[in-house]
Amino acid sequence: MSALSRRRVLFGGAAVGAGALLTACTSNTPENNAQVNTNTDASANPNAAPGQKVVIGFSAPAADHGWIAAITNNAKAQAAAYPDVEFKPVEAGADAAAQRAAISTLISQKPTVIVMLPHDGKELNSAGIEAMAAGIPVINLDRAFPSMAAYRLQIKGDNFGMGLAAGNYIAQQLKAKGVSAPIIGEIPGIDSLELTQERSEGFKNALAAHGFKVANRRPAEFTADSGQAAATALLQALPKMDALWNHDDDQGIGVLAAIKQANRSEFFMVGGAGSKQAIDAISADNSVLKATVTYSPSMASSAITLARLIGQGKGMSDLVELQVPKEITLASETITKDNASQYAKLGF
Amino acid sequence: MITETAPPEVQKRSQRRHIDDNVIRNLGLVGVLILLIVVGIITKPDLYSDPTWVKNNFLTILQQASAIGVVTVGMTFVIIGGGIDLSVGAIIALAGVWATTLATQSYGAAGMIFTALVVGICVGLVNGVLISYGKLVPFIATLAMLVAARGLAAQISGKQTQVSANTTINDIASTKLLGIPLLVWILALVVAAGWVLLNRTTFGRRTVAVGGNPEAARLAGINIKRHTLLLYALSGLCCGIAAIMLTSQATSAQAAMANLYELDAIAAAIIGGTLLSGGRGTIIGALFGVLVFSTITNLFAINNLSTEVQNMVKGGIIVLAVLIQQFRFRSVTQLLKR
Repeated sequence: MSALSRRRVLFGGAAVGAGALLTACTSNTPENNAQVNTNTDASANPNAAPGQKVVIGFSAPAADHGWIAAITNNAKAQAAAYPDVEFKPVEAGADAAAQRAAISTLISQKPTVIVMLPHDGKELNSAGIEAMAAGIPVINLDRAFPSMAAYRLQIKGDNFGMGLAAGNYIAQQLKAKGVSAPIIGEIPGIDSLELTQERSEGFKNALAAHGFKVANRRPAEFTADSGQAAATALLQALPKMDALWNHDDDQGIGVLAAIKQANRSEFFMVGGAGSKQAIDAISADNSVLKATVTYSPSMASSAITLARLIGQGKGMSDLVELQVPKEITLASETITKDNASQYAKLGF
Repeated sequence: MITETAPPEVQKRSQRRHIDDNVIRNLGLVGVLILLIVVGIITKPDLYSDPTWVKNNFLTILQQASAIGVVTVGMTFVIIGGGIDLSVGAIIALAGVWATTLATQSYGAAGMIFTALVVGICVGLVNGVLISYGKLVPFIATLAMLVAARGLAAQISGKQTQVSANTTINDIASTKLLGIPLLVWILALVVAAGWVLLNRTTFGRRTVAVGGNPEAARLAGINIKRHTLLLYALSGLCCGIAAIMLTSQATSAQAAMANLYELDAIAAAIIGGTLLSGGRGTIIGALFGVLVFSTITNLFAINNLSTEVQNMVKGGIIVLAVLIQQFRFRSVTQLLKR
């Protein structure tokens, strides 16, 4: 055997070995922490009693972010909790056009209700109208359709309210500490998005009501590495800071890492969205993260519950009305150390 | 311009002109850096009056340049060799995600680093094979890899942010050696190794030859296909190193990480004087290119200016740098001809 071929055999063997080892390394067993309403005791809640079978068609964009992944997981898990619900997810494709096509196909299959998180509310408006015209109630998740005729129910989070809640919490804490001219930092997500602008507007309004303002604002991109970069820049720009609002707990992983790397602790931080990790950190109370304001993907679980009620023609039993209301906006709640244990099950 | 090289009678005239040109180009970039810092001093005198802050600030600029700097070194080799690698950001994401799966994390820090490096090299090799032996245009092959590698990263991570529980990895970003962050040492090492490889080895000479005139290089007996393959593997290796650096900084990895790093790396290489058509470029210039971007980000942050304006300025600087270089290059060659 020549030296060259022996070398080749060695290299080949090493490559195969490395390949085998690497393939073994792709396994990931994430813990399942879907947010499901388990209140299916029919004696306590007549609505929970199994009724007429409901087929729920579901369409949401492929997840590129923990929040959207949680939306899909929650919807699936909530549907599985009802014996009378058949869950029929369809791929939303890469963009609005693909999702429109997928919805058209779904309509032809005649599900009882469609739950949809559109790529873009404006672009999927026509798909909503098409389904409603075919007699299928549409439930819009989070990204509103411009036309009132395009949906039966809209359930969404409150971006402005999120900023408001964060601003109010920060202002209260600073007032309590007696800080008169605080230095406040802000790390938003992708700045060109409407939701980011609404959040920042709410934050600005809440602070202005107390005579405070944002000293520096460094946008990130909803990813941990961009959060780390933005926070590093912000910390360098503000050698002393009193409070920080980071819009998103996913990018917050990077923000917290940057704060630790810069060895800073003279301020407190408020997060956004309400991830499991952030809630755990708040209850552990061992970092600058003292609170987070929610924008919970639990809305997907609620959307499935309401879709079932709409499909069965039932109302929400605590309300006088015989049908489910048309619009629901979740309140943005502030999670602190005091109530973190209550929210632990809602973290995603 | 005076050079530190051997006396002119030993050097060929054209070679001296080439070196002069690089020195001028790098001095220009140093000028831009000084200008940016002076603007910082003028706009924020209160911050710059504190020596501790100033020292920290320079270290922060270097630290924020470290991961992208490592990527740019690999990119510079690929571009000098006549190619382009659009997949660097995607390779970082794939290597980072692969290195932070629960299974990989169970092998400890060494396992994570090994995985990131091997994934980087392997993806680079796939790029190289497609381009060298599959005869795909580098732009297309690496564009396809950009999409595919991010897709695979999303598949592996289940679209979640994977948090690194490994303290050894996480501590890389906060460790300092002799007062200088470990990340900056890594960048310095990669730049030094890149400089030696490009300027003092046959591999470097061959890279310039392959990029400058592939036909002549082939006739001179260089195995162009294998050399191109190695260049993409080198770029992949740099991405693997950067993936570990970024994972350490963010204490996590996800499929969307290192977004648009390909554009930043290409831009830094170009303003550092690397010719996009290949055959010419310097590692030191690329390093200055990265530092210029990192300093701009810092300048805009300390002045609380919006990132939109920052991006516009970045774009302007890329155009300006290339325009000035062309102008300088022409006028210098004319001067030498006289």
